[in-house]
Amino acid sequence: MKRMMMWMLCVAGFVGGAVSIGAHAQEGPDALIKRVSSDVVATIKSDKDLQTGNKRKLYDLIDTKIAGNFDFARMTALAMGKSWRTVSPEQQKVLADEFKQLLIRTYSGALANFQNHAMDFKPLKMQPADTDVTVRTTVTAQGGQPIGIDYSMEKTGSAWKAYDVIVGGVSLVTNYREEFNNVIRDSGVDGLVKALQAKNKA
Amino acid sequence: MMFQRMLVRAMIALAMCVAVNAGAQVYDPIEPVNRVIFSFNDKLDQYVLRPVAQGYVNVVPRLVRTGVSNVFGNISDMFSALNNALQGKPEPLGNDLGRVLVNTTFGLGGIFDIAGEGGIEKSGEDFGQTLGYWGLGPGPYLVLPILGPSSVRDTAGLIVQGYLDPVNQVTPDPNKYELIGTRAIDARAGLLGTEDLVAGAALDRYTFIRSAYTQRRRSLVYDGKPPKDDE
Repeated sequence: MKRMMMWMLCVAGFVGGAVSIGAHAQEGPDALIKRVSSDVVATIKSDKDLQTGNKRKLYDLIDTKIAGNFDFARMTALAMGKSWRTVSPEQQKVLADEFKQLLIRTYSGALANFQNHAMDFKPLKMQPADTDVTVRTTVTAQGGQPIGIDYSMEKTGSAWKAYDVIVGGVSLVTNYREEFNNVIRDSGVDGLVKALQAKNKA
Repeated sequence: MMFQRMLVRAMIALAMCVAVNAGAQVYDPIEPVNRVIFSFNDKLDQYVLRPVAQGYVNVVPRLVRTGVSNVFGNISDMFSALNNALQGKPEPLGNDLGRVLVNTTFGLGGIFDIAGEGGIEKSGEDFGQTLGYWGLGPGPYLVLPILGPSSVRDTAGLIVQGYLDPVNQVTPDPNKYELIGTRAIDARAGLLGTEDLVAGAALDRYTFIRSAYTQRRRSLVYDGKPPKDDE
């Protein structure tokens, strides 16, 4: 009888474990954002250098924990519009990489203040078969007005990746579209690469 | 007075002509002029507004600054209530009225945002949004001296608000200007820290801010749920 119980417990444990592994593999887009943001906030809270705004460490934090969940190639493509398809895959890679650096550098400055912000998730409207959703959150600074931060996310394979962030109604990708197009109009795609590189070296 | 009235009429007429100008590209026919005002504002900010706002934050305790913000916020809640009424939105109208009522009485003239502590959210409607709600597009992008990014529609809204603003009714004049100045410093102080973000992010700050302003206003007109652009 005892052995029987043990055996059943083992099976239950195994099944339970398998279910939870399965759940992680199929982590929904909102769960992903929740997990990554609480992880990042916890990391900042446990590190004095990050709190005081150590640029190098903040950059690494974003690079290792956040950047992998963004589809920078898609973001660059959206921001460039038609021009994206006219450039070689190598150049696309260079552009996406420079854009990624620019975004990480920019937001590493803002991230240090993030630890005192409260983050709320609005219920996600999503069908199981959906591969493109918007996760809506509101972030409230201490004593401040809540501001909406939405993530446009796409599922490729089994993983969700963000391809736009919309802060208070301002889409990051749309905001860069005009800038990129102006530079491309004036000095071509090469000019855009140069402009991004110059900005990242500054 | 006469001149202001003519300006209002001209603004409204202009806004009517250029109504409903959708699309991702911002309509900016007087960009060269706007850019000049933009750099003027930049210099003014760099040498006057930003240092003054920074000084204000350094010298005045947070509690007092919050009180100042709340008093001006209480005035903007009154305008928000009016604009919710003009847009026929009963629920935010009720919230705004509740906020003004509670904050003006229990909040001692708006110094304490008691309603906000109690979870009654600001809705922050203004006349520009009301015009937008009734179908008026933003029209040409404008950069106003000192006030910064705007549009013909939103400038028309500002002029209407200027007429009704209790701060502008204050006499004598020195007290009025003191209040206007304090409000400006309070507003600027709330934006300290964002300059670096924009400077770091933008290839061209003028375009970057223009695009952000236009998107933000569009989002506000549609209460955070703008229809997708048909690109």
